[in-house]
Amino acid sequence: MASHAEAAHHAEGPWYLDNGKRPGIRGFITSTNHKRIGILYLVAVLSFFTVAVILGVLMRIQMLSPDSKFLSGQLYNSMFTLHGIIMVFLVVIPGIPTIFGNFFLPILIGGEDMAFPRLNLFSWYLYMTGAAVVLGSILFAKGAVDTGWTFYVPYSLHTTVDVPLAVFGVFLLGMSSILTGLNIVTTTHMLRAPGMTFFRMPLSVWGLYSTAWVQVLATPVIGITMVLILLERVFGIGVFDPSKGGDPLLYQHLFWIYSHPAVYIMILPAMGIISDLFPVFSRKNIFGYKTIAFSSLAIASVGSLVWGHHMYVSGQSDTASIVFSLLTFLVAIPSAIKVFNWVATMYKGSVKVDPPFLYALGFIALFSIGGLTGLVLGALSTDVHTHDTYFVVGHFHYIIFGGMGFGLFAALHYWFPKMFGKTYNYKTATVAFIVLFVGFNLFYMTLLILGWAGMPRRYYSYLPQFTDLQVIATVGSWIMVAGLGVMFGNLLYALFRGKKAEADPWGGSTLEWQIPSPPHAENFEKVPVITHGPYVFPRKADTEKAGKKE
Amino acid sequence: MENRDHSVGARVGMWLFLLSEILLFGGLFLLYSVYRAKHPGDFHAASMELSRFDGTLNTAILLTSSLTAVAAVFSLQELNKPKRTIFFLGATIAFGLAFLVVKAFEWTAKFEHGLYPNAAVLMKRPPGEILYFGLYFTMTGLHALHVIIGMTVLSVILSFVVRGKATQERSAALENAGLYWHLVDVIWIFLFPLFYLIS
Repeated sequence: MASHAEAAHHAEGPWYLDNGKRPGIRGFITSTNHKRIGILYLVAVLSFFTVAVILGVLMRIQMLSPDSKFLSGQLYNSMFTLHGIIMVFLVVIPGIPTIFGNFFLPILIGGEDMAFPRLNLFSWYLYMTGAAVVLGSILFAKGAVDTGWTFYVPYSLHTTVDVPLAVFGVFLLGMSSILTGLNIVTTTHMLRAPGMTFFRMPLSVWGLYSTAWVQVLATPVIGITMVLILLERVFGIGVFDPSKGGDPLLYQHLFWIYSHPAVYIMILPAMGIISDLFPVFSRKNIFGYKTIAFSSLAIASVGSLVWGHHMYVSGQSDTASIVFSLLTFLVAIPSAIKVFNWVATMYKGSVKVDPPFLYALGFIALFSIGGLTGLVLGALSTDVHTHDTYFVVGHFHYIIFGGMGFGLFAALHYWFPKMFGKTYNYKTATVAFIVLFVGFNLFYMTLLILGWAGMPRRYYSYLPQFTDLQVIATVGSWIMVAGLGVMFGNLLYALFRGKKAEADPWGGSTLEWQIPSPPHAENFEKVPVITHGPYVFPRKADTEKAGKKE
Repeated sequence: MENRDHSVGARVGMWLFLLSEILLFGGLFLLYSVYRAKHPGDFHAASMELSRFDGTLNTAILLTSSLTAVAAVFSLQELNKPKRTIFFLGATIAFGLAFLVVKAFEWTAKFEHGLYPNAAVLMKRPPGEILYFGLYFTMTGLHALHVIIGMTVLSVILSFVVRGKATQERSAALENAGLYWHLVDVIWIFLFPLFYLIS
């Protein structure tokens, strides 16, 4: 627990001026305050994101022509591996829970900090150590990891690059993720303000809470799987080595037992935040609060039982494939419930399309395309045709970048004024969104078409007939990156030169908008008492204002 | 609802952590069940190589250590007798050490017989036996690592009790250390029959 005496001196000022024991950057990296840890993650995650985007752009440049010599085949292998590892394990999985979960979960439930502040800081150090180990693996052996982010055996047992170090790094990142999940579950159960029942929690908290359970329950499985690869490489224990009787398929099972639920770790928190945005920007209560809350839990639980749909063509039993396919289709139900409820929330609302809401709307569009293409892959017959093609790559980026990524950007634009007390330029943010959205679709829609036409993924060259579409995709990627550049530039400019933000720029009704922007170190001056649900629209203040105008 | 009592929160966190530990071992138990179903005969033959005496001895040691761990927690929480807690914690750590010593003898014997991963002797055996010993070393090794971690945690708590930092009122850390130790014990309760008693 944060010490009261320590914070008392600065309790009035914004959180980032409350230096605690040490000033400056040292104050940041030793502070156990949940908001500072959130910012530590924000800086780290966005830095890794930038690196992985650059890797992606380099790969797209390679694909400009079928006989391009820009990258060697080996280098291309390493690039898509690193792009995948960094994006999945360093950006998308930790992303929203560590940045916005840390910064806002305690505020949203009327608490002072997370349940275990020291453990929280420790998990940031674990995360950074894991990142350093994973990226450090490039420096040793013969080149960077080239196995794909999935580390599939038997290749990962034989390649000459430094797989053991990379998988150990992933193990550390997994531990960090477990500790974050544990912290979020405990915080949600223990530290809610008086009157904050489970059904009065904002839906973003439901998203974080469901995710945290998956983090605690699924991550250990990837942990042990990575350890087994390590032991296999170092001691040759044989469990995945066919020459010793081991079964490589079992590796795939263990890997996807975690890595499919991991997709829900990525998307659920974003869905939660989107659910918070719709009532605010539609000036209307959320449609179907409980169904959205329960659909998060449904996605978390059913989503843990669908891993086999990654293995339709692996030779697993047909019965298993049919069951996995059925369960996969079932996940579409709670996902669709959410989408319909968001759209229904706008019905007869007073919709105001501010930048955060633009990203929320973008989320719905892109997530829907991602979800529907997911059904193509979840169906047994069509999957055979599209398996391991650009179609999978396109689908995955629609879900994860279009879903989680746009959710993260929505959250960033929604909470930026609250976190830093600064306002960014709305017009620039809108332009950035449009450029990003156009580039995104030009890029990934083309990948879907290419995949459908038979372009396999992970190849550094291709047949001449794909040239036109490959060029369009690459141009799309440039437009997309330009959009990202404008977006981050706009926010960075606002951080240093932005105008002061109001306490409640969007007219929100959840707890974070009732405290100053930026919040004080201790969040609330006195413990809030909750008497109603999170979304109360139209708000009293709005109707009074409207009355005066008349 | 609002419950800022730290000891309850600490306990909730600990149970979640133990749950994640169970799933960590769960992956290994999954491999074990698949491979044993595939090679029941080889697993039976390989299991004959283990010393059932050492396994039983270690089971007895670890079960007793769980008893002393409970006694340590009880002595502080219910009886408020820190000295007794110190004694029982010391005993638990000593039992842990004894367990590791027996384990070390066991492993050494296996090494001498050439029954370790990648050993020439083992590689001539049928695949089921190779897998059995691969899993045996992985699972008992990971378990031994947990015993070491548990002993370290108990030692830290011991120093807390000695310095008066863990008391009857502030016993959450001691209780959690006890819970962790029981988990280590419980996992062994599963490992013992699965490796030693299947022949």
